[in-house]
Amino acid sequence: MNYLLALLGMLLLAGLFGILIVWVARKFKVEGNPVVEQINQVLPQTQCGQCGYPGCKPYAEAIAKGEAPINQCPPGGQDGIGKLAALLDVEELELNPDNGVEDEVDTIVEIVEADCIGCTKCIQVCPVDAIVGAAKHMHTIIGDECTGCDLCIPACPVDCIIQIPAPLPSRIHRQEKPRLMITIEEAQKWPS
Amino acid sequence: MTGLFVIFVSAAFVNNFVLVRFLGLCPFMGVSNQYKSALGMSYATAFVLTLSSIVSYLVNEYLLLPLDIEYLKTLSFILVIAVTVQMTEMILHKSSPLLYQVLGLFLPLITTNCAVLGVALLNVQQQNSLLESAFFGFGAAFGFGLVLVLFSAIRERLEMANIPSSFQGIPIALITAGIMALAFMGFGGMVST
Repeated sequence: MNYLLALLGMLLLAGLFGILIVWVARKFKVEGNPVVEQINQVLPQTQCGQCGYPGCKPYAEAIAKGEAPINQCPPGGQDGIGKLAALLDVEELELNPDNGVEDEVDTIVEIVEADCIGCTKCIQVCPVDAIVGAAKHMHTIIGDECTGCDLCIPACPVDCIIQIPAPLPSRIHRQEKPRLMITIEEAQKWPS
Repeated sequence: MTGLFVIFVSAAFVNNFVLVRFLGLCPFMGVSNQYKSALGMSYATAFVLTLSSIVSYLVNEYLLLPLDIEYLKTLSFILVIAVTVQMTEMILHKSSPLLYQVLGLFLPLITTNCAVLGVALLNVQQQNSLLESAFFGFGAAFGFGLVLVLFSAIRERLEMANIPSSFQGIPIALITAGIMALAFMGFGGMVST
């Protein structure tokens, strides 16, 4: 009997608190600024920091507050500025050269694995965790995750990171997941 | 009235939670790097401690005692604290963004602070009334905040000091905490509870 009471008491307490917290969560729901979300969608998500803000979201917040002009994102390029101008209904500006220049071609980076000393310095600067490796072991870049922000190039002490043209449109220049070039069946029939 | 004052002083100084009872040491070491964050942490703790001692008193008095299941108090107090903190955070986020910016980061940290659970359990042990529980909680938070702010101010000065390399960082902080604990022993016997 005592056990049952204990069980019931705890159930009652937890149930009451559960209902209370769900109610509070609904009642006091905070909606993020929808403009910030929309601007953030347009920004390329390289998290490269060339705009002078720590990442794309902070830059989006600054634009929404009117603290930053829309022309500080080199990876987004003139296309991106155009989209931002259309979204916010403001005048389209030229890319600010202080923030960098737009890349001519879509690039990602690659590690020259023979030269890598396994120092992990590039892993620490990569904003999108696209580099795998461990101390004193060779590192490599997950091409599909790399945004081509080039932050790892100056970090490498042996200069073993090079720019290569992106095999598929890199993440900045596509909106959805990449489509496979061949079907799974074709891939399985591939002569190994 | 004097009873409440004695409880307050006893919780804040004589039986200081950090330096005498050694509860809540994690934020004491973790959030004391900067004076500003120590202050934020103190405010948040004062808020949560007072609120959760009141709520856990109510739970103990009106749920655990009537059902004769006081042995579940640790479990239910943890639940009470977690829910109180979570709700405070949500309400603050909506109603006072400014206060949320000051406290917001520290609120979740307090959920697992053993000083909060300690206060709730000691309230039951000392058979405090509702008002006494609230004062005990607030006194404990005051003592915690005072020590945290003092400690962070000392640590900020230590940053500038020329400390032998083997003592830099945490070791000198621990030594400082030890000396502060010795100083707080001076309050011992001031109020006997």
